[in-house]
Amino acid sequence: MAYNIVVLAKQVPDTKAVTGKAMNDDGTVNRSALPAIFNPEDLNALELALQIKDDNPGTKITMMTMGLPSACEVLRQGMYRGADRMILVTDRRAAASDTLATSYILSCAVKKLGKVDMVICGRQAIDGDTAQVGPQCAEKLDIPQITYVQELLDLKDQTITIKRSVGAGWEKVQCQLPVVLTVLDTANIPRPVAARKMMKFKKAHSAMELAKADKADLADALKAKGLLIEEWNLDHIEADLQWCGRDGSPTKVNRIQSVVLAASGHKKIEPTEQGLRDMIHELIEDHTIG
Amino acid sequence: MKKRKYKMIEVNRQGEVWVFAEQYEGSLGEVPLELLGRGRLLADKLGVKLSAVLAGNKVDTLVDELAAFGAEKIYHVENTDLAHYQTISYTKVLCQLIEKHKPQIVLFGATAIGRDLAPRIASKMRCGLTADCTDLQIEDFTEPRTKEVHSNLLQQIRPAFGGNIIATIINYDRWPQMATVREGVMPMPERNENAKAEVVKETVSISPEDLAIKILEQHREAKKVNLKASRIIVAGGAGVGSKEGFKHIWDLANALGGVPAASRAAVDLGFIDHDYQVGQTGTTVRPALYIAVGISGAIQHTAGMSDSAKVVAINCDPDAPIFGVANFGIVGDYTQVIPKLIKAIREKA
Ligand SMILES: Cc1cc2nc3c(=O)[nH]c(=O)nc-3n(C[C@H](O)[C@H](O)[C@H](O)COP(=O)(O)OP(=O)(O)OC[C@H]3O[C@@H](n4cnc5c(N)ncnc54)[C@H](O)[C@@H]3O)c2cc1C
Ligand SMILES: Cc1cc2nc3c(=O)[nH]c(=O)nc-3n(C[C@H](O)[C@H](O)[C@H](O)COP(=O)(O)OP(=O)(O)OC[C@H]3O[C@@H](n4cnc5c(N)ncnc54)[C@H](O)[C@@H]3O)c2cc1C
Repeated sequence: MAYNIVVLAKQVPDTKAVTGKAMNDDGTVNRSALPAIFNPEDLNALELALQIKDDNPGTKITMMTMGLPSACEVLRQGMYRGADRMILVTDRRAAASDTLATSYILSCAVKKLGKVDMVICGRQAIDGDTAQVGPQCAEKLDIPQITYVQELLDLKDQTITIKRSVGAGWEKVQCQLPVVLTVLDTANIPRPVAARKMMKFKKAHSAMELAKADKADLADALKAKGLLIEEWNLDHIEADLQWCGRDGSPTKVNRIQSVVLAASGHKKIEPTEQGLRDMIHELIEDHTIG
Repeated sequence: MKKRKYKMIEVNRQGEVWVFAEQYEGSLGEVPLELLGRGRLLADKLGVKLSAVLAGNKVDTLVDELAAFGAEKIYHVENTDLAHYQTISYTKVLCQLIEKHKPQIVLFGATAIGRDLAPRIASKMRCGLTADCTDLQIEDFTEPRTKEVHSNLLQQIRPAFGGNIIATIINYDRWPQMATVREGVMPMPERNENAKAEVVKETVSISPEDLAIKILEQHREAKKVNLKASRIIVAGGAGVGSKEGFKHIWDLANALGGVPAASRAAVDLGFIDHDYQVGQTGTTVRPALYIAVGISGAIQHTAGMSDSAKVVAINCDPDAPIFGVANFGIVGDYTQVIPKLIKAIREKA
């Protein structure tokens, strides 16, 4: 059976690469100092979608991201691996969206696609780190969610069977499509890009990207070749503005501090028998041990 | 499925502080109790009641337990269809109770269940949710633009950006103020056998479409070790070099009557099981003594141990960041240091 799958993927700063240089003096993060990458667990989400497509010919995978035009890169990266369609949801009025507003906007965009069988997310984005967008999209779409997906056990017609992790253990669950899945990084090993697809789709761009590069006139030619990335704004997806952006976001950031280790100064202990004996003595004296 | 719209909750200063009493097969685990501990402080500061929401099938035995750990009021929902946690059915229970009683704060554990449930509830109630908090405080907030003062807001403090920043999040217009709270970071309150709570029985009808998921099989593994309850922890890192080298870690832990633990690098290298991992993606611990051996001190590791009362670091690199959070620093090769340390302990004992 052929399925319609949407993979939600986020472009994120590579927070593993944070160094002193990436921090501003006021404790905020200087995102431009960090490389922008495909959110790691979203690659696992994409891989799961691709495996379903491998087993179910005719399945169509739509890559969708909400972000700045630069986020088109994750859409292209999806096509290099075997996705079929690219949609960038972008709008200045979506800035400062918290997870509630983000999932509202993404769910409006998914609804616009018509019948969708599965919406597949990563478990968590490595910048916001909340793992809330998947479940909230499911609620907005009014369909069930299966979080912490570890393995797809079976997919037959409209019935999906999943092994999910629950921290200290796992469970096997089953439900009817449509469903939202959030996928763990241990679920699979994402495939590398396919060279031929990459040659083709690295030429794909959105209208805003073209405009920025002063190449707006190329849009029609790209469109004819299926290489124009679709750009949807809040009007296209018929989003109600009161639920978007800052106004639609109940959570506000009050303060941000960078993590500076409390360098309280430590006592140097010589690695000699005497030095270690003295330390043990001190720890017994203050009742830490003994 | 027909979508039920719930009324949005406005700022409600009389609202109670709620804790979701997560249970699995009739037992509570530590997380709800930790939440009650912090919930107590918040409720006292606000001058309101601390309540727990308990839902399940034959869970009445847990009422006394929740009272003993500080709940003054317990909203108790019994239903055979709530025997197993399911996202949609439990969301319905919480949304109905929130709409009816309008709490000002609702806390969940940042567990597999809490992180599955709380976002779905927040989305239905159209309120905010702060993920994975490590601290919660009550404080006033002045809106920088309008200078409007919002008094006594819940300050929801959480690491983000891979642990590199700490953000303080608030929500001042759409309530309740909801947060998931990381396991193990809030100290357990003391048990008071004599405490009694008011029990409010509630009924919520669960229809077949609320049980959209069929649970075919469930498997819970008992944790191999209870790091959170250990007074003394000896943790080894990648610097220990091998599984054989980790024997030194076990030996030192045994000599001190403590338990071994590890950094993620040591777990990834297969020196020890994941249950022993300390840090952002492992367990958060606050023992009396934490000895870090061959651990460099990455933020994601120290996030899980920096509240230890005393930290001893053993590392051959004098510039290792772990010394920044240590009370005692020993620069040296652990294979030389640990045997001497064990000898010193035996002599004293
Ligand atoms: C320091 C800081 C702290 C924050 N804390 C909170 C908070 O506690 N509560 C809150 O509501 N908001 C919070 N936010 C805002 C939040 O980061 C944004 O709303 C963000 O757009 C989505 O959340 P996330 O990054 O946590 O994604 P997650 O919920 O972790 O993402 C899960 C999955 O959803 C999908 N997804 C998420 N975003 C997109 C996207 N833009 N496009 C396509 N797919 C996507 C991906 O599949 C992803 O793997 C915070 C932001 C910052 C900077
Ligand atoms: C999203 C995310 C989540 C993470 N979560 C966690 C987590 O929960 N817990 C965690 O620990 N990490 C976590 N990490 C990984 C973390 O960033 C570090 O990579 C990890 O903590 C490093 O482990 P380590 O200190 O053992 O190894 P290393 O950084 O390799 O340090 C080894 C140390 O051993 C010392 N050494 C070497 N030989 C000897 C010797 N013979 N005697 C004494 N000292 C010696 C070296 O000087 C060095 O300082 C996470 C990372 C990310 C990106």
